[in-house]
Amino acid sequence: MKTKNKKDGLRPPKNKEILIVAWCFVLLFAGMSGYITHYCATHRQELINNSYNGRQQMLIAQNRRGRILSAKGEVLAQTIEDEEGNEKREYPYQNLFSHVVGYATNGRMGVEAQANYYLINSNAPLSQKAGLELAGEKYPGDDVYTTLDVNLQQVASTALGVYQGAILVTEPDTGKILAMVSKPDFNPEEIAAIWEDLIADEDSSILLNRATQGLYPPGSTFKIMTALEYIRENPDSYSGYSYSCTGALTRGQDRIQCYHGTVHGGVNFTTSFAKSCNTSFANMGFTLNRVSFGDTLEGLLFGQELPVAFQSNISRVDMSADTADSEMMQISIGQGTTSITPLLLNMITCAIANDGVLMEPYVVDHIENSAGNSVKAFSSSSYGKLMEPEEAQILKSLMEDVVEEGTASRLKGLSYTAAGKTGSAEYGTVKGDSHAWFTGFAPVDEPRICVTIIIEGAGAGGDYAVPIAKRIFDAYFQEVAE
Amino acid sequence: MSHLEIYVSEYSRYVITLLIILYTYESFAVFRYAKEEQRKGIYARQCFLMFAFHFSCFVTICFETGDITYLFFYAFQQIMLYAFTVLYRMLYPKSNRLVSNNMSMLLCIGFVILTRLDMTKAIKQFIIVTGSLAIALVIPFFVHKFKLLKKMKWIYALAGVAALGIVMILGQTTYGSKLSYSIAGITFQPSEFVKILFVFYIASSLHEESGFFEVFTTAVVAAAHVISLVISKDLGSALIFFITYVLMVFVATRNYLYVLAGAVGGSGAAYVAFQVFRHVQVRVQAWRDPWSVIDSDGFQITQSLFAISSGGWFGLGLYKGTPGSIPFVETDFIFSAIAEELGILAAISLILICVSTFLMVMAIASGTRDKFYQLIAFGLGVTYIFQVFLTIGGGTKFIPLTGVTLPFISYGGSSILTTIVMFAVVQGLQIIRREEEEALELALKKRRMKKRRLQKQTQGNQKLSRSASQLNDLKHRNDLAGDEIEDEE
Repeated sequence: MKTKNKKDGLRPPKNKEILIVAWCFVLLFAGMSGYITHYCATHRQELINNSYNGRQQMLIAQNRRGRILSAKGEVLAQTIEDEEGNEKREYPYQNLFSHVVGYATNGRMGVEAQANYYLINSNAPLSQKAGLELAGEKYPGDDVYTTLDVNLQQVASTALGVYQGAILVTEPDTGKILAMVSKPDFNPEEIAAIWEDLIADEDSSILLNRATQGLYPPGSTFKIMTALEYIRENPDSYSGYSYSCTGALTRGQDRIQCYHGTVHGGVNFTTSFAKSCNTSFANMGFTLNRVSFGDTLEGLLFGQELPVAFQSNISRVDMSADTADSEMMQISIGQGTTSITPLLLNMITCAIANDGVLMEPYVVDHIENSAGNSVKAFSSSSYGKLMEPEEAQILKSLMEDVVEEGTASRLKGLSYTAAGKTGSAEYGTVKGDSHAWFTGFAPVDEPRICVTIIIEGAGAGGDYAVPIAKRIFDAYFQEVAE
Repeated sequence: MSHLEIYVSEYSRYVITLLIILYTYESFAVFRYAKEEQRKGIYARQCFLMFAFHFSCFVTICFETGDITYLFFYAFQQIMLYAFTVLYRMLYPKSNRLVSNNMSMLLCIGFVILTRLDMTKAIKQFIIVTGSLAIALVIPFFVHKFKLLKKMKWIYALAGVAALGIVMILGQTTYGSKLSYSIAGITFQPSEFVKILFVFYIASSLHEESGFFEVFTTAVVAAAHVISLVISKDLGSALIFFITYVLMVFVATRNYLYVLAGAVGGSGAAYVAFQVFRHVQVRVQAWRDPWSVIDSDGFQITQSLFAISSGGWFGLGLYKGTPGSIPFVETDFIFSAIAEELGILAAISLILICVSTFLMVMAIASGTRDKFYQLIAFGLGVTYIFQVFLTIGGGTKFIPLTGVTLPFISYGGSSILTTIVMFAVVQGLQIIRREEEEALELALKKRRMKKRRLQKQTQGNQKLSRSASQLNDLKHRNDLAGDEIEDEE
């Protein structure tokens, strides 16, 4: 109601204070309404997945859990009903997708956990719902389409064989996860039966998804980070670097050796990387600024939650201003207390392949209702730059030389070009026990696929991990050619 | 039947949301016009939308439960509200229809959600509302005619302090807070009624003089109210009294320093309360991170968040959610139940209807010339809107939970009766304001006529005795003189 401005002496004097109070409350309520709307819009899924939320049970009773499918539409998980009306969750590929697709009884894991909200909701057309209501049946839950490729998953799993370890195959320019293998694996259909044993056995790590949660010493693959920091600190002179390798290096009590005590002789920056010369990298490490190296590692997502929608662990490096030389020696070659998840190593490799830009890895591609209409689509999104394009280019050519004249020469001379870095990460107290690493991409010029492999206790990365990478690259390019 | 049921429950959500949004729009469109006569069309549309909303909700309830008898309950509500509206307009043609429409709309929402939550409580609520509205019929008359209201400040103060004091000493403890006592089987929660007395006390103390002495005296009495509420662990009411007091002093004195003093004193008191009282610490902890105490102190608020978030824009539909999982859903957390089943859009509309009501009360306050009535309208408006803020903000984790009811909607006799009486008082003030206005119009009219008469006289004289050029000159002077007169006023 407008107060008239006419000065007639009989009107009430305009009370500014009332107006001020009224506006304050209007603002307060506007803020609160905005908050409520925002909170609901952003927290809906997270809240429905909370085990204290009884609404989940209501949806489960009303809808039949939706299916999980591969990128091409092969069924990875579905719920079927037997004659007596008992529901059973079926996983047609048994053990193959155990960790990535996960399970939905005795808790939830993998896509079953991540996309639970969509699986238990139904956006089926009303006409279909009405028909089912009449027949006394449940509504079909929405279907979750993943980015997974059954063929690549199969090849990767077979290649890893009986070894424990993990393999991650991704697209560097989109962040799509094509395959994710973790061994030992399990059959999600039997999870209820083996649950008691799994819980009883404290040492069992079967349920751990090694690809995203396994923390391993990075070994020589860490030289990617050391090289990047060396380039950053010596932008003009790094290419003139040289060192004479005698096979070993000592600082006080600590001594490091090149793998199997190899003496590399005179090496430059490129050959140090290609031949994975430990002593040369330790030598570089001594010169590096601890604080700026720490910043670089933080920029590469060490010590941080990864930008992914599924469970992952945080990779760690102990680096501070007063890190001693003896520790720097170990850190520079990826030994000591440093630990990394295969997922993070894959993400860094992808960023190198993608001109320094990291695309956030994702496995859930889109959701469809039972009639095949799209309910929601997840597009790839950029996390941002992990490094400058020029830096990525330098690392790329270093990794190319690893294939051309270094430890990954088994990838040389094929129908496609490849680049990468091997690693043989020593662990435990017994000398010589090492995990075999490889992380790399192909083709070099326009990378389309990125592979990260760890094989526990196998030995040298070049001998064990690289051949697996080759099989995956082969399968991928053959598939593309067809 | 089955087919129809699924379509009804699917589409009714959209219809209900649309109706409440349109109603809300109208309740702000009202402010475009200054006079009640111009707003008639809007009020008529509001009544229709309210009726359609209420009816759609009950039809949905019948479909969802498969029980047609709910329509009888609906019919009773409709007849009661209609009778009230007609009687009110007959008795008080000068009352503000936005306030009474919004009140009816909020009561409708309350009936719908209570029927869904707990039929027994809904029926009790219906009886209480009927009784309260009957009382509300006489209150504007009383406020209008009973001039002694201005003089009874010590009666208000003593009655208020005594009522709260009795609860503090003898009250029944419900869930850790002393809130009520029973007389002849009926349980009262005096902090509700005392709100009105308190506003009357402050207004009667400050409407003539509002120097430091008056403010100091009222501060002592206000402190007595607030402290006895804090000791009874009724923190929500304590806050309402405090804020009402500070803002009323601000409007009465027009002095920003009192707001500053209130803010400093309030923060200090809040800090001390946090240090001293464990139940305050628990509330704050449950607000900052309810997930860490989801089993215990955070249970209510997390369940409330589950409910609010699961509804989406249009809600799950009546009977489709599980609001029953929230403890005290029908009193402190009724907003969450509404958000879950009627949707976020309806819930936000509900907030906006409350804000529209508040703004109209503020408009009534600022248009009232008599300071006593102005302060009462302002104080009651602030009491109302701040309580709405506490309950909705608390249930949505916007602010720590204090456990007060949502006026007109939550279940609870004392709360309903108090709010209805409060707004009946406001209607009384509106009538006073309109009479002031009419008196003013009359006075202005008289003055204008007098002026015109005077002008005619001079003009007549001019025609007789002066030439045309002289006339112009005089006219000019006359205009100037007229301006001067107006400036003096």
